[in-house]
Amino acid sequence: MNTIGGKRRFGAAEIILLLSIAVLVVVVAVPVLLILVNAFFSGGSLTLADVSAAFRNRGAWAAAATFFRLAVTSFNGHDVFKVLGESDTYEALLNSLFIASGTTVGSTVVGTFFAWLVTRTDIPYKQLMKGMFLVPFMLPSFIGAMAWKMLLSPRAGYINRFFMDVFNLDGPVFNIYSYYGIILVEVMYLFPFVFIQVCGALERMDPTLEESARISGAGLFTITRKITIPLVLPSILSGALLIMLYSMAHFGTVAVLGIENGIFNIPTLIYQRIHESAGNFASIRTGTVLASVLVTAAAVIIWLQNRIQGRGRYQIIAGKSFRPMELKLRGLRYPLLVVCLAYIGFTIILPTVVIFLVGGLRTYGLSFTMENLSLDNYKFILFDYQVTRDAIWNSVVLGFGAALVTMFAGVMISYVIVKMRVRGKGLLEFLGMLPFSVPGSVIALGVILAWSGKYGVNLYNTVWIIFVAYIARYMAFSLKANSAALEQIHDSLVEAARASGATTWQALRDIVLPLVRPGMIAAFFLIFLPSLRELTVSIMLYAPTTRTIGVAIYTLNEDGETVMSAAMAGVALVIIVIGQIFINRITRKRSGS
Amino acid sequence: MSHVRLANVTKRFGQVIAVNRLNLEVERGECFSMLGPSGCGKTTTLRMLAGFEDLDGGEIRVGDRLLSSRSGNFYLPPEKRDFGMVFQAFAIWPHLSVYENVAFPLRLRKLPASEIERRVGDALASTNLLAEAKGGPADLSGGGKQRVALARALAINPDVMLLDEPLSSLDPHLREEMRFEIKDLQKKYGFSIIYVTHDQAEAMALSDRILVMNFGVSQQIDTPLRVYNNPANKFVFGFIGLSNFLRLVPGAEGLCTPDGSTIMPRDMGPPEGLLRLKAPLFLASRPSEIDFDAVSGLRGLVTRKAFLGEIVDYQVRVGDQDVRVQKGRRSPGPEVGEVCGLCFRLPHWYPVDEPV
Repeated sequence: MNTIGGKRRFGAAEIILLLSIAVLVVVVAVPVLLILVNAFFSGGSLTLADVSAAFRNRGAWAAAATFFRLAVTSFNGHDVFKVLGESDTYEALLNSLFIASGTTVGSTVVGTFFAWLVTRTDIPYKQLMKGMFLVPFMLPSFIGAMAWKMLLSPRAGYINRFFMDVFNLDGPVFNIYSYYGIILVEVMYLFPFVFIQVCGALERMDPTLEESARISGAGLFTITRKITIPLVLPSILSGALLIMLYSMAHFGTVAVLGIENGIFNIPTLIYQRIHESAGNFASIRTGTVLASVLVTAAAVIIWLQNRIQGRGRYQIIAGKSFRPMELKLRGLRYPLLVVCLAYIGFTIILPTVVIFLVGGLRTYGLSFTMENLSLDNYKFILFDYQVTRDAIWNSVVLGFGAALVTMFAGVMISYVIVKMRVRGKGLLEFLGMLPFSVPGSVIALGVILAWSGKYGVNLYNTVWIIFVAYIARYMAFSLKANSAALEQIHDSLVEAARASGATTWQALRDIVLPLVRPGMIAAFFLIFLPSLRELTVSIMLYAPTTRTIGVAIYTLNEDGETVMSAAMAGVALVIIVIGQIFINRITRKRSGS
Repeated sequence: MSHVRLANVTKRFGQVIAVNRLNLEVERGECFSMLGPSGCGKTTTLRMLAGFEDLDGGEIRVGDRLLSSRSGNFYLPPEKRDFGMVFQAFAIWPHLSVYENVAFPLRLRKLPASEIERRVGDALASTNLLAEAKGGPADLSGGGKQRVALARALAINPDVMLLDEPLSSLDPHLREEMRFEIKDLQKKYGFSIIYVTHDQAEAMALSDRILVMNFGVSQQIDTPLRVYNNPANKFVFGFIGLSNFLRLVPGAEGLCTPDGSTIMPRDMGPPEGLLRLKAPLFLASRPSEIDFDAVSGLRGLVTRKAFLGEIVDYQVRVGDQDVRVQKGRRSPGPEVGEVCGLCFRLPHWYPVDEPV
């Protein structure tokens, strides 16, 4: 540091460092810590302080004994064991685990299969299909869940009704309000996590690893079994764990499809507890305990993922490479193409079309005929209905503001992490990436604890509390994009500027900032677009006038305003698709120039 | 009858003809190298031989076995060809131990366990890998990985060994060492080697014969010495070793440099036949085969002189072109700025419009 600062003790570098720490501590560290503190330390008679005191004085057995004694005696108090002992909690935890496991297995099978199909076989229209399989990344899964509810709800679902009417069935073909329904819908929208990881690994893998097996006498089946799968296994597992993490903490699908039959997972249970008690402190404390369970599960998953990446990741990428071999599908080529197209049609096109059609209906349940369909709902939502107009405006302003602030904060913090040689930057990195692993509902809870007046600032029921939550949630995105951009800038570029007479500030302004601009722009859009459809955080924080797009869709749907909710979802999809096209155009122009 | 035979082998990638009507015969136990700049079709040829690419024309045989034939619409997949092959990036499977890497081809052939153990042990012993057998390949150096790749290829005791730039990922000193190890293994096991490289020293040191390729077309097939001494065309002359090409055009008083300033003395000129063509010619020469000769009629100006240790490197301006001359450090030579006479010891002449 002193090599840059010279004799001055307090220069640009120190200001940047302190600011970075301050931002991360206030926005990220405090909320997450408050969750754990509130879950374990205050309130009832069980506190970890007692346990640790017992440990210090009398050792581990005594500590355990104290722990259990306190646990038993405080069973009537409002504390960890009370909450964890409730059958609701227990059930929600099991549900989270069951749904996440099912989703992970399903997504892994589907994602790996399609990745193999588009990278290693001669199936037609590969590039197009690769693009289509990534579309679910763009679609908010709770909108997908709503569409599937319209199609497959046991009584009113269009598909169920069609089969019941045509074949005179007594019951529905498939009940989407079930564990399997939830898992099915989550698989549809989460499998790209595995797909993209495995595609990447298969594409980058040195083809001679397989060719050498072939020349050794192995057929394609043997190669796939003994060489290819073992080599991409770390990527498959890493994608699978990502899905596990995401699904455990996933709110939207379970909220839309589970509530009917009383299927709760941890995030929906947190929401329900806080929602039904209108946000009183007792319910928030319950929430913190549930959130701690979620954080623990997430920590285990991330630990596993690090282990896999640390040990199992082989160096399978090589410089010179010919095209990898393609399996000739021969007779299966067109049948498998049909499978892919059917999958795309079923999971992407059908739900999207249903959303737009239902959004055009006068009343939910009518058939899709010309006289029943109109653009009136869309007009109403965009121009006359205060709730949705506010929601669109809120989401755009919130997304824009959060993206802007996070972009600048992200470039500053990344600069400290990547370029400055200071002690304690590991902590910065950890803090910045923390929200990546902390589920959205946990962040929302932490933000409530930190910003609802207990510490001098009360943002509760204002739009600002959503704003700080977005910043906390999306900081990791910005750090990733900006760190990647900064790592490309060799130190000697800044040193050359300093040698030419520039001060630290001037070197930053004239050399570093122009060079990281692509990373900053990427960070901006990586935040702006997802925040437009954000639900998990906003649903915990909204007030009547501070609904976001996601909240508006969700609450309209919950209130039974299905057609309005579908019309709003349609509008959201249009906004998201336009935004995505816009980004693709910008990034393509950049990479082209 | 020769062992490996390629007849009229052709391969296209879209509009590009990667290999054009290539004919090639390699004897049993011969070491044969394919040499050429990148994109010349040498690797594609090897991959067609291995079976990773199908042919667009011609056929490939080994012994009396047909491997690929366009007209016969026949293609034997790589796993049935029984070649040993070593790749540039080694292609050692990182999830298998050294021993298992070498045993892999034998296990696929369903040999008895004792036989597998014997053969793997033999291959590992030949490549000095016995000590590392149980370890993972990640701990090995580049040279170690290359030995595993060789051992794996040796394990099935193949008739033909295909080597695709096997040494170019190694450090220079290791490269030289491995070159001799490969040669020793060939002596011990008696397989034919078909070797792809862009390193001419490597090709010359190893090979009984070499093929020089450019733009998918065979330029010359011959022993290393004959390719060096009697290049078939200007491309081969330029590709192998250091070379000068002095472009000369026919003028009123015989051949001269295009700017007309320097005239080629008649006694140093090309054979009468070429001269009679009245066409521009290249005078091709090796820098080490040019002498400074005070009485020579071909004059040049020394523009640069660099002492490189064993040799002294001169740049001599002849008309509008530069000629590079290299002399031993003890032989006397002119200084920068002096005018000197040049004498070409073994000049080659090539017409300028000759297709490359």
